Amino acid sequence: MSSSDTEKTASSVQRIIIVGASLAGLSAAEALRSEGFTGTITVIGDEPYAPYDRPPLSKTVLTGLLPAEHTTLPQRVDLHAEWLLGVPAIGLALENREVELADGRRFGFDRLLIATGTRARPWPDSAQAALDGVCLLRTRDDAAKLRARLAAGPKRVLVIGGGFIGSEVASVCRELDLTVTVTERSSTPLIGALGSAAGMFAGQLQCAHGVDLRCNVTITALEGDENGRLRHAYLSDGDTLDIDVAVVALGAVRNVEWLHDSGLAFDSRGIICDSTCRAFNTNGMATDNIFVAGDVARWPHPLYEGELLTVEHWGNSVEQARTAAHNMMSAPADRRAYETLPAFWSRQFGVNLKTVGLPTFADEVVLTQGSIAERRLVAAYGHKGRIVAALTVNMARWLPAYKAMIEARAPFPPVLHAPDGPAELRPVPAGFPPRGQSTHSPIATPTGPGPSISPPEESSTSAKVQDPRVPPGFQPK
Amino acid sequence: MTQQSLYEQVLDYANRANPYPLYAQLRRKPITRQTDGSYVVSTYREIVSLLHDPRIGSDFRKRFVRELAPAGFPTNQEPASENQAQEAEVPVPNQGSETEVIPSFIGLDPPEHDRLRRQATWPFGPPHKPGRVTDMEPQLIRLANRQIDTMKGKASIDIVEDFAYPIPVKMISELLGIPSEDQPHLHSLSEAIIEGIDLDPQESQEERKRRQEQSGQTFKKLEQYMEALIERHRKQPGSDLLSGLIIDHGPDGAMAPADIVSTASLLLIAGHETTVNLITNGMLTLLRHPEVLERLRREPNLVIRLVEELLRYEPPVQILPNRVALTDINIAGTTIQKGSPVILLLASGSRDPTRFHDPDKFDPDRRDNMHLGFGSGIHYCYGAPLARLETQIALTEIIRRLENPRLVHDPPPYRQSSTLRGPRHLIVEIDGVRD
Repeated sequence: MSSSDTEKTASSVQRIIIVGASLAGLSAAEALRSEGFTGTITVIGDEPYAPYDRPPLSKTVLTGLLPAEHTTLPQRVDLHAEWLLGVPAIGLALENREVELADGRRFGFDRLLIATGTRARPWPDSAQAALDGVCLLRTRDDAAKLRARLAAGPKRVLVIGGGFIGSEVASVCRELDLTVTVTERSSTPLIGALGSAAGMFAGQLQCAHGVDLRCNVTITALEGDENGRLRHAYLSDGDTLDIDVAVVALGAVRNVEWLHDSGLAFDSRGIICDSTCRAFNTNGMATDNIFVAGDVARWPHPLYEGELLTVEHWGNSVEQARTAAHNMMSAPADRRAYETLPAFWSRQFGVNLKTVGLPTFADEVVLTQGSIAERRLVAAYGHKGRIVAALTVNMARWLPAYKAMIEARAPFPPVLHAPDGPAELRPVPAGFPPRGQSTHSPIATPTGPGPSISPPEESSTSAKVQDPRVPPGFQPK
Repeated sequence: MTQQSLYEQVLDYANRANPYPLYAQLRRKPITRQTDGSYVVSTYREIVSLLHDPRIGSDFRKRFVRELAPAGFPTNQEPASENQAQEAEVPVPNQGSETEVIPSFIGLDPPEHDRLRRQATWPFGPPHKPGRVTDMEPQLIRLANRQIDTMKGKASIDIVEDFAYPIPVKMISELLGIPSEDQPHLHSLSEAIIEGIDLDPQESQEERKRRQEQSGQTFKKLEQYMEALIERHRKQPGSDLLSGLIIDHGPDGAMAPADIVSTASLLLIAGHETTVNLITNGMLTLLRHPEVLERLRREPNLVIRLVEELLRYEPPVQILPNRVALTDINIAGTTIQKGSPVILLLASGSRDPTRFHDPDKFDPDRRDNMHLGFGSGIHYCYGAPLARLETQIALTEIIRRLENPRLVHDPPPYRQSSTLRGPRHLIVEIDGVRD
């Protein structure tokens, strides 16, 4: 393509396909129309529903306050989009510019946005996973089913994995006055996303709310009765639990398999794109017509030393999709880079947790305001003497100040003299486990350099690290 | 007489009717150090940044200013230039022990502030009392219309005395459970307190000190009144907010009796001195923009965004003068020195052209409107939900009912304060009152 052709492409874009009908897909469609795109927009989604909001699924939907079907996202602008829902995309032909659907239909495009997101990582033993009572939590249907089980008053709920989803489910169980056990292969809950220093706090919170929290413990097997109903869980500490319900909360798997043989640069960590959201092909070239946004994207953020990030945050899906939409219809000179700082929130056990920046990039963490005893605190994360992230517990109003410090690459530990700060700053190791060691998602994480570096080879060692049944203490060589 | 600094001109009553051109000049430099050692912040970005900065406090007891050492210089001598003068750390004049006042949460820092604010929020809003403000709507509509009914048969009215003042004052009194016969007394106390804390660059140290002492003594009277009122509510609690503060405890437990006094006093003053100006500024702005006034009459739903734009365009709280730097802060090329007073010009930030498109235009359709009308950060206006509802209802009702309202004096006479700024009177001629 000559350079004059490239200049013209923006106005010659008539057909845009968005694969993925969730928050990122919807945000992109809205941004396209808001910026004046008049061509056709086709949105393809594997679920039968219009885009819905996921954060309530592990919170108010489970408590029963919000019916699962009331999570549909509002559409802020008239999209005039064609919605192809309930049929997944199964293939991409780059040279023909076509997407293939599971029912055999093919659709051509001038620009494609890939926003296929993630799915819940299933329990590794498929027969055990199929037992009546073993639940996942990712979709609206998952949430409705789990809500029904919790409402039936099970005698004990087992949550496998102490990440954010697992912790929020446990929190809801306690709110509903249900007995709940959480098993976590690492030493603390939330360790993958926040490190063990903050994870210790999260663990204390769980115990104070009556969760039977078992760290450094795995589930070695689930067992059902003759009717296929879940009855027992066997723990690596030798214990056996009588249970009706097990929630498998082992993090997320990226929906990339449909891109097999497409020629795009992807692996289990995501689809590699540049900071303007253009996908790379396997030759390390950025494509001009394929864009990526949301959980499935893997891209270089300027603040994090060239590491490719994957971010599973709500806000990331919105902002990255808007950037992708803008760049899809812009001439090369008008494209903009995606530099939004990651930000995340959770609500569990009566506290509001928020982060800004990338905790998983840090080696140290320090309490800067508030105290653990009050359950109100701010902690700053540092990497090589500069601040890279901050966590607040019930003190989110201070986050903008920390965001500014992160963006300014301010020194770590930050000397603030805040009136509610400690007399002396005492940084401690942040305590992130080796990659793959925790049994839940880090949510936002650097994933190594790219785009041409291939993932660590699958071996019996890495398979063991990935297997949530393998007890702790196993050290990869 | 020496030339006034831009900020001193803002404080000067002569510029009360329109401080906005002065703000525009101030914004050429985000932060300017004043000769008294304080720092004035005028740009949106820097104001927002400092409002969320843990290195900034609101407790005036942590202040000390570096100013020109007065000792050794006869008072009539030419003032020495700054670099010649010896700098001395002088604590900000505090009230004497007899009139010393326990700060309410607006003048405290975390963690004390946070606890008091949570305790004060418990009986006021969600999650415990989600209906506290919204349930006042029918009463507010009745009250507004009763006030408008009194205008029947008159050719000219004073929006301040006849309308903007009675509504919020009546509502804050009801909210706190203050008997109506006590309300005039509290009105005069509140006025005297506000006059006492206002900034006047013209006056001498002695005058200021005397005025502050007087204000402190008035505050003592208000506190004595509140103590007696609290005693009555403790014996006979009602459904009002004050009774809630006394008997309805959240997870933080009961508020200490002295804190209930200071909190109730704060809410009373805030309820007297802010929404009055918001409603009056609203009426004035609508009369200056007849096309918007006409639209509001036809489209009452416009009022939601219109009030937000008002909070940006003519906010009742123009200045936050009470912040203090807890350590040296480097910002926008300036170092704010530890202990210095920091003065945030909220109204200037909300007119910053680097943040708002066409900021001097009153545009009720404005979508991107993250104004600073209620501040931001941990001291964000506690009464914002009530102020919004009161102003939305007051403006909708009065615009719906007044026939052909016309502004008589433009600009109208203003009250003294540059901080809590608004007209003293707003005389409007009318052809009648609709039913």
